[in-house]
Amino acid sequence: MATILSTPKEKTTSVISPSKKVTLRVAKYNPKTDPKKKWVNYQIPYEKWTTVLDVLLEAKNHLDHSIGIRYSCRQASCGSCGMIINGKPRLACFTKITELDTTMVTVEPMKNFPIIRDLVVGFDRLFKTHKRIKPYIISEDSEITTKTTELLQTPKEVNNYIQFANCIKCGLCNSACPTMATDSLFIGPQALAQAYRYVADTRDKGKDDRLKIIDESHGIWRCHFAGSCSQVCPKGVDPAMGIQLLRGYLLGFRS
Amino acid sequence: MEKVDENKEGIKGMVNPRRYGIERVAYLLMRLSGLGLLAYFVAHIYETSNILRGRVGWEEVISITQTTEGHVILAIVIGMCVFHTANGIRVMLGESGIGVGKPIRPDYPYPSPSQNARHKIAIYSSIILAALAMMYGLAVMFGE
Repeated sequence: MATILSTPKEKTTSVISPSKKVTLRVAKYNPKTDPKKKWVNYQIPYEKWTTVLDVLLEAKNHLDHSIGIRYSCRQASCGSCGMIINGKPRLACFTKITELDTTMVTVEPMKNFPIIRDLVVGFDRLFKTHKRIKPYIISEDSEITTKTTELLQTPKEVNNYIQFANCIKCGLCNSACPTMATDSLFIGPQALAQAYRYVADTRDKGKDDRLKIIDESHGIWRCHFAGSCSQVCPKGVDPAMGIQLLRGYLLGFRS
Repeated sequence: MEKVDENKEGIKGMVNPRRYGIERVAYLLMRLSGLGLLAYFVAHIYETSNILRGRVGWEEVISITQTTEGHVILAIVIGMCVFHTANGIRVMLGESGIGVGKPIRPDYPYPSPSQNARHKIAIYSSIILAALAMMYGLAVMFGE
């Protein structure tokens, strides 16, 4: 049976009977009411397939209904449940307890994002920077204006950008980025990787527009190729590669 | 406009090298060595400007570098210089899109082509080269 170590009042009635238990340590903080962050511990049973999201929901459902958490698809497709798990940005639904290889799982809200409550952070800035790089195909040709019914691409042309089209806007890359940690105006690895995604698309004609947007003091040049964004990306987008390839266009190595 | 607390990690998070592998260690060393070399550059200009004070002034300031502390500081400068140069070449090539891999269709467990073995080898080589250069420098300075 799941048991609680501190604070919340709710008691569980559900009985789960695996032998192993993990201590879930949750950072609880509401900027509107709390003076500072506090840590609350819960003891949760787990199996080898249990994810961090599963134990969080177990705690929320049976021990403490007040835990603030955002989630949706539970399969690393929606990008909602990004958080700092044992010190690194990860998706809660994509991180199994067993892979953490510890009996203490610490969860905090993502860094470099404003906290709304507990583990829920605001994505306003990420969406704003994402929109800024014009994340759509810019082309005068369309199925309506030309005789072509489709804008065809070879598999090789698709391979140039498809990796970057996997971005689920979870924000983990922005949370891991050392430049984002200090520069509030930096456009961020998520938006820069998406800029590359469209610049590399042969259907797109907006390359010059996008390069102009990112070629500024808080733009692409603030990236120092630390690579942390790529290490935490749960979808293999590799923003660091996209940014360096994008820089190749600005330096004249690519056209 | 209302200031939003972005929960930034700040300098503490930026300089924490423990969570993201050797690439983040290289990032930190690169920054530290850059700042160290900048400080040395300023000190070096001050040091050499003492020649304007004549032979006595020049020898006075040079004698500071002939102490044990002076030798250790110069050895650190040698290490910073070698690491910054070697790792700088890796970073410059990477930032030009060279050696960061080619875009592919990602498959689970999604390895990052840009964080490839060549970069890791280059980082470790830079650290080893810097250590060897420091040892050589110390041997020359203290071997007199």
